Amino acid sequence: MTTVSETATSPHSAMAGDAAPMVSIRGVSKSFGTNEVLRDIDLTVNKSEVVCLIGPSGSGKSTLLRCVNFLEVYDRGEIRIEGKLVGYTEETPRRRLSNRDLRSLRRNVGMVFQQFNLWPHMTALENVAEALVQVRGMDKAAAGAHARRMLDRVGLAAKADSYPARLSGGQQQRVAIARVIAMEPHLMLFDEPTSALDPELVGEVLQVMRDLAADGMTMVVVTHEMGFAANVADKVAFLDHGRIAAFGTPREVFHESTEPRVQQFLQTYHERNSF
Amino acid sequence: MLDLSLLVQYGPALLRGFGVTILCWGAGCLIGMVLGFILMLLRQIPVKPLRWVIRAYIEVIRGTPFLIQLFLLYSGGPSIGLRLEATAAGILGLGIYGSAYFAEIFRAGYQAVPKGQVEAALSLGMSYGSILRRVIVPAMLVSTIPSIVNMMAILTKETVVLSIITVPELMYEMQTMAAETFATFETIVGMALFYWLLVEVVSRLGRRLEARVTRFLTHASPQGSSTQTATARA
Ligand SMILES: Nc1ncnc2c1ncn2[C@@H]1O[C@H](COP(=O)(O)OP(=O)(O)OP(=O)(O)O)[C@@H](O)[C@H]1O
Ligand SMILES: [Mg+2]
Repeated sequence: MTTVSETATSPHSAMAGDAAPMVSIRGVSKSFGTNEVLRDIDLTVNKSEVVCLIGPSGSGKSTLLRCVNFLEVYDRGEIRIEGKLVGYTEETPRRRLSNRDLRSLRRNVGMVFQQFNLWPHMTALENVAEALVQVRGMDKAAAGAHARRMLDRVGLAAKADSYPARLSGGQQQRVAIARVIAMEPHLMLFDEPTSALDPELVGEVLQVMRDLAADGMTMVVVTHEMGFAANVADKVAFLDHGRIAAFGTPREVFHESTEPRVQQFLQTYHERNSF
Repeated sequence: MLDLSLLVQYGPALLRGFGVTILCWGAGCLIGMVLGFILMLLRQIPVKPLRWVIRAYIEVIRGTPFLIQLFLLYSGGPSIGLRLEATAAGILGLGIYGSAYFAEIFRAGYQAVPKGQVEAALSLGMSYGSILRRVIVPAMLVSTIPSIVNMMAILTKETVVLSIITVPELMYEMQTMAAETFATFETIVGMALFYWLLVEVVSRLGRRLEARVTRFLTHASPQGSSTQTATARA
């Protein structure tokens, strides 16, 4: 049962622990072949902050998010979670983290996907309980009870025994969120959690996310829901062509930014969302 | 019409032959699936020479007649110290033959597992072993059962080849009977009917199995009624 520990083994350990930001991204770059998708990204997410990543399609939002839990390998720079380097050892030249260390890092970082990615052969309850048994080593009964509480928290206690195929998109996404919060992560990553939903189902998922934010969860959210970004986010980062073109409070980015790319993006957004 | 006295005289031998056929088929399928699964897993390891070797194995097995493979194993085996009794050679031969096809079926199934389901498991900190057991194999089962059943049906028919190396299975017993009684036409028709029936049974059982493992796609809960048939594919 390892957690992200702050043992004094590296020069970076001084910034580990409570003093370290939840996420610290410094000079991160990433290419797919010759396509440079992230360019020299700097971003800090403090504890209990909600940071929204917005920007046009293909700007690198998903890639950046996936680098944070190392589903995507970044080429240059460093990403730290609670002071701990993501994906690599502290040595120079850096080496890949062992699978075991990578797993213990990931269990503190939850991820919610656009396509929910529930396991279709398991009921809602089994989906939530699975990692509790496999990763946290809980026994089946305890995991089941814990999973039931989590489903209750997202308002789906009644659907515990339903298979994903029988749930609406909004319900599936709430189960996916329950599956993540059951692991008691320190940080949650959301990649367009409402983009695959019918409009009338968006609200229920956003409400669950609002509740999480109110409970002090640290969240990085890639979204096209500008309303959510404006109302819930502490900070908004606008990505364009792999760079952070604007960063600040929602007011600073949405109302005070003079960055033409931001204005153009918001213009397009407003046009698309009005008749 | 089949002469009834023939059946009385040869009945026990035919019954034993039937038993041997089922044994060779069952054990051959099992070995084929286990080997095929291992081959599929090894193929995921990003080491080029290993991939080439496995690919060559699969190509050779699939590209040559089963009869020749069986001869090689049974007659050529002793020269490399592999001395097998006919039935054992027959089972192993079927297993090796099947493994190449099962490896391809499993590979297709592995590649068809939605990437997101694996990423969700990874992001929760699950190990590859857990993901394989709990996410990948169940998803593979859904998409590959029709092909697995189909391959098993094909292998029922391949068991007749084992008679060539004197495995005392049904075909062998039938031939003996035919040679001794000259009732060739009847035996051939009888055999054809029998294997057709066997394939039919295997296919039917396969369809029921498929309906069972894909139940979650159509049913609200594990306690749900089983009146619907599962046709959806993940
Ligand atoms: N696995 C991959 N292999 C190659 N190129 C990729 C891969 N994933 C993403 N890309 C490319 O990287 C760029 C950024 O993609 P990314 O998915 O991060 O954008 P995004 O901002 O999330 O866009 P969207 O709003 O459409 O989701 C795109 O040009 C995309 O084609
Ligand atoms: Mg994206």
